Amino acid sequence: MSNAMTLPQHPAKEQAAPKQRGYWGSVLYRLRYDPVTVFFGCVVLAIILAAIFAPVLAPFDPYKESIIGRLKPMGWKGHLLGTDELGRDLLSRLLYGGQVSLLMGVVPVAIATVIGGTLGVIGGFGGRRVNTAIMRTMDVFYAFPSVLLAVAISGAMGGGAANGMIALSMVFTPAMCRVAETATAQVKNLDFVEAARATGAGTLTILRYHILGNVLGPVFIYASSLVSVGILLASGLSFLGLGVKPPTADWGLMLSTLRQSIYINPAICALPGVAILIASVSFNLLSDGIRSAMDVRL
Amino acid sequence: MSSPLVEVQDLNVRFVTRESTAHAVNGVTFSVQPGEVLCILGESGSGKSVTLRALMRLLPANKARISGSIKVDGQDVLALDAAGLSRLRGGLVSMIFQEPMTALDPVYTIGDQIVETIRRHKGGTKAAARARALELLELVKIPSAAQRLDNYPHELSGGLRQRAMIAMALSCGPRLLLADEPTTALDATVQIQVLILLRKLQADLGMGTIFVTHDLGVASEIADRIAVMYAGRIIEEGPVADILANPLHPYTRGLMASTVHGQSRDRDIDAIPGSPPDLRQLPPGCAFAPRCAQASGDCLTAPPEPRYPAPGRMARCVQVSAKTPEFA
Repeated sequence: MSNAMTLPQHPAKEQAAPKQRGYWGSVLYRLRYDPVTVFFGCVVLAIILAAIFAPVLAPFDPYKESIIGRLKPMGWKGHLLGTDELGRDLLSRLLYGGQVSLLMGVVPVAIATVIGGTLGVIGGFGGRRVNTAIMRTMDVFYAFPSVLLAVAISGAMGGGAANGMIALSMVFTPAMCRVAETATAQVKNLDFVEAARATGAGTLTILRYHILGNVLGPVFIYASSLVSVGILLASGLSFLGLGVKPPTADWGLMLSTLRQSIYINPAICALPGVAILIASVSFNLLSDGIRSAMDVRL
Repeated sequence: MSSPLVEVQDLNVRFVTRESTAHAVNGVTFSVQPGEVLCILGESGSGKSVTLRALMRLLPANKARISGSIKVDGQDVLALDAAGLSRLRGGLVSMIFQEPMTALDPVYTIGDQIVETIRRHKGGTKAAARARALELLELVKIPSAAQRLDNYPHELSGGLRQRAMIAMALSCGPRLLLADEPTTALDATVQIQVLILLRKLQADLGMGTIFVTHDLGVASEIADRIAVMYAGRIIEEGPVADILANPLHPYTRGLMASTVHGQSRDRDIDAIPGSPPDLRQLPPGCAFAPRCAQASGDCLTAPPEPRYPAPGRMARCVQVSAKTPEFA
């Protein structure tokens, strides 16, 4: 009977090379066949590059005001997207504003991922007491609507970009913690963790290798979807005067100062809003695409 | 006979919760010689898997109360500290799990996982561990092993996954292999291949093996000796051929009667009436008595002591010695 299992002794060792792809290789491969994700990936890339190279790309100084050139329509005297209520070039301000808006969208998410992720893994893997202590604290923050919490925290600390980022980090941390905790709790009861223990792995090895390996995926995916929320919330804070201070260029702040002119030149006033919309939607759809491409089990 | 590889004396495992205490394993005693295959046979909840996990101290320390003595290769397992346990697990003793779907980590390749295990115990370079991993995959007869090394578990079939699991279990040369229903989740044709492979590896590598199953057919295929468990007790033990030919305990006889083998199609299978006892409230006497057709008054007062009707055979039933006095 055991002879039935003897296998051809010339396995395809030579042809092993072509079809093998690493994990990230296969993720990229799947991404390539997803036109929506590719498109929005390009948009996100364009937004990021535009923000980074704003000093090079901007046709005018974003802070140079002009009394006579206020709220001019698109194309007026080389101002491709017109001018704002103080006569500053809107395109330049949008490019520079992208820097602040992206930073305020990404940095808090990164901070929340590190802090919330760590707390979540500890809470999920630790005993019942540790879990209760961490998760109930998070629930207190979680109970507030996110906009309200962001406004309350940055209002209490005073405005400014740094305080806005701290406020947004505190808003995202509980949600991040929850995702990490749920993922950890699921993974920790799976057979392979027991199997790892049965091969002599200590708690640290299990945490580092098996838990982190399985939790990082969902955490990363959730973080990428939070970026679009971050951009929105940051703009919201600036709109309410709790984010960056004028005259700094920021999409939310621009929307706020331009709104008084909405009856004079509505097309110009809408532009910062369009920028926020495009950035937020692009990040969101990109993260969606990456999520499905990263799921090895699909 | 050389000293046994595994010696378990009067093992008790209770699961204590606030509401109740479940007596999962009650006074189990057995031993395994080097190179021997002991099959623990029993239905769900009979304590066979718990016994296996107790051998490696894999039960949750805060809920499970273990008493008795477990010696593996002369080491007192219950007295080991964390470092000692780490060396024992995977090094001296390793385990194969029932579900190959979930017993491998889905986010790492088979090769990565084996390499990780090897380096944890033996250290050494990545390349050396990888070469050893390749050897192992070839040992468990995985076709085109070099390619499979870089496959994720979901890319393999159930049979291949179980083979990879076996390769991982063998990676550090264990002297005792614990197998927790390793073939139950596989379909019948793959099941027999994996059984043959396991039997061959066990013989080639001279590992003592404890194989837990609820399947009499599987047990007869792989075992040297069989121990039948019921409600946390070993109620019958003996060489496989003797047990199959001449079961002594009424429960073992019932098990055999309830398997499918060439009955006529319209005949019902003789199932054992009733269901196993609640482990939180075991009856004071023989746990099988409520379902046993031959139970008498003696059966209900105290659990029957082990009786040894023949060399190497044991049964816990009051009728045994009376029935076979010529061996006693």
